[in-house]
Amino acid sequence: MNSDKILKRVLFFSSLVIILIAAAMVFSLFKGSLPSISKFGWRFLISDQWDPTQGSENYGALLFIVGTILTSVLALVIAIPLAFCTSLFVAEYFRGTKLASIVGTLVDLLAGIPSIIYGLWGFYILCPLVVEAGLSPQGFGVFTSALILAIMIVPYATSLSNTTIAMVPNDLKEAAYALGATRLEVIRTVILPNARSGMTASYILAFGRAIGETLAVTMLIGNENAIPHGLFSTGNTMASVIANQFGEASGLQLSALIELALLLFVITTIINAIGKYIIKKMG
Amino acid sequence: MKKSIVLVALLSLMALGNKVSAQSISGAGATFPEPFYNAAFATYERAAHAKVTYGGIGSGGGIRSLKDKIVDFGASDAFLTNQELREMPAPIVHIPTCSGAVVVAYNLPGVKQIKLTPTVLASIFLGQIRNWNHPALRKLNPGVRFPNKEITVVHRSDGSGTTNMFTDYLTKVNKVWHSKVGAGKTVNWPVGVGAKGNPGVAGAIHQTQGSIGYIGSEYAFAQHEPSALIQNKAGKFIKATVASTSAAGKGKIPADTRVMLTNSSAPTAYPIAGFTWLIIYKDQAYNNRSFAQAQATLKLIDWMVSRNAQGLAVKTNYAPLPAGVAARAKAILRTVTYKGKRILK
Repeated sequence: MNSDKILKRVLFFSSLVIILIAAAMVFSLFKGSLPSISKFGWRFLISDQWDPTQGSENYGALLFIVGTILTSVLALVIAIPLAFCTSLFVAEYFRGTKLASIVGTLVDLLAGIPSIIYGLWGFYILCPLVVEAGLSPQGFGVFTSALILAIMIVPYATSLSNTTIAMVPNDLKEAAYALGATRLEVIRTVILPNARSGMTASYILAFGRAIGETLAVTMLIGNENAIPHGLFSTGNTMASVIANQFGEASGLQLSALIELALLLFVITTIINAIGKYIIKKMG
Repeated sequence: MKKSIVLVALLSLMALGNKVSAQSISGAGATFPEPFYNAAFATYERAAHAKVTYGGIGSGGGIRSLKDKIVDFGASDAFLTNQELREMPAPIVHIPTCSGAVVVAYNLPGVKQIKLTPTVLASIFLGQIRNWNHPALRKLNPGVRFPNKEITVVHRSDGSGTTNMFTDYLTKVNKVWHSKVGAGKTVNWPVGVGAKGNPGVAGAIHQTQGSIGYIGSEYAFAQHEPSALIQNKAGKFIKATVASTSAAGKGKIPADTRVMLTNSSAPTAYPIAGFTWLIIYKDQAYNNRSFAQAQATLKLIDWMVSRNAQGLAVKTNYAPLPAGVAARAKAILRTVTYKGKRILK
């Protein structure tokens, strides 16, 4: 057998393994959630009840879906301006300078910090600040979680954006400058249209990261099983409730938790698909 | 040729593994008694030359592991219900190893000690008493200057034996709690914020002025958390200590020890207390287990209820079994069999 054929087979089997693993995950999630699906059906998606009391067990995912989407969207809303400005700073305005490389490295460093550190920082620093500001009596809640999430996802939102902004052809920019465009005009009319799809992709990647984040959110959201009624009210997210209750759950509760995991899987897949579609349309 | 070498190597490895496992005992389950178990098993290993591994994966996980027959013993903070017993593949027995309590901790700057009755405690956790300035609290604690501050209830967000004990107590002493919330490892809390684990709850309480929450005694005693005096069934206000927790087990205990000690009628008992158990199959001959393995398991558990091990329980901030319960545990262990034959004499 020549080396080309061997390589081809190795590549084929390794990609097959990935597909098999993903399929096995979906299969076991689906199998585990069958008791819950057959008991609650579509009601699972629209009910905001999560009652594990023996005898009156009743599970619905709505409050966790709302909590997850609310914290993640809010985090993205906070993170996008930060990430956008950082990208322009690093990849355009101060490109190649020492300052830009320091800022770039620091942002990348944020991605490497374990989420427990973010959680602890939020718990010990951010929560007391929120209490001091008189925004809520105990500091936990949607806003605190979203703020921490925003910091956590900034590096995901910037890294790809940096690359795409840096990849905008110099010829185009120089042509615009030659026509008398200001820097702001160059950004608006040359860089943004060219880098748009890559930047959108990086924001979607960041959003996906926010949806799945577990530990830091668990420490800050307040873990109250109710739909949040405001920015500073407590709530719960899908990933958080799974992490909290899986260890001691059994029977129907376990099945409902697995169905939540399946839902989380589906939601993440849909968001990725939307991201791909946007990139394709823009690119 | 190569294949056969690998095969031989694998087989000999497996044989080696079997040989080691003859003196190697494994268990999994409750995290609540883990510090005690770790200390006790380490002492036992040194004395008896048997290796004991314990995985603190939660009571539910411990029961599942025993059901799947992948451990020699499981450990649980809640006894198995009749339904759960029926779902096990074979009869099992419960062996209590020690007891623990749930303390009520609070953060009120300037306030040293508060007293709570079961009704007031339930009202706070039901959200019926929402301010520290409430007349019921002031009437109960003459001389204490309560601030005009909103009460922040902190509870566990993860499934936990501690929550089970606490809610079991509230269910027993309060009708509204019984009908609205009930008892369990996770419940539908009417008010409050959730935090993960005892350290999470303790941290949230430390951080939040005006908060109140419940913490497992194993953590609270070790960290010297200040806690409220709770009125017990005999009407006395009792501080949670190792002695008052132990006293909760001095009442009447059913033959299989499956009982929640909450709201004990013993006059010196702290009312929110309970046993934690090791669970094993009543007949130890399953899954091709050897007699030696069964014997090693039983000897270990028999030692756990001995005076030596119970002394370690106190050192790790757990309440030892009252003498009567330890004797009951030893008697139960002597009903465990291997192919119908008794193992311990």
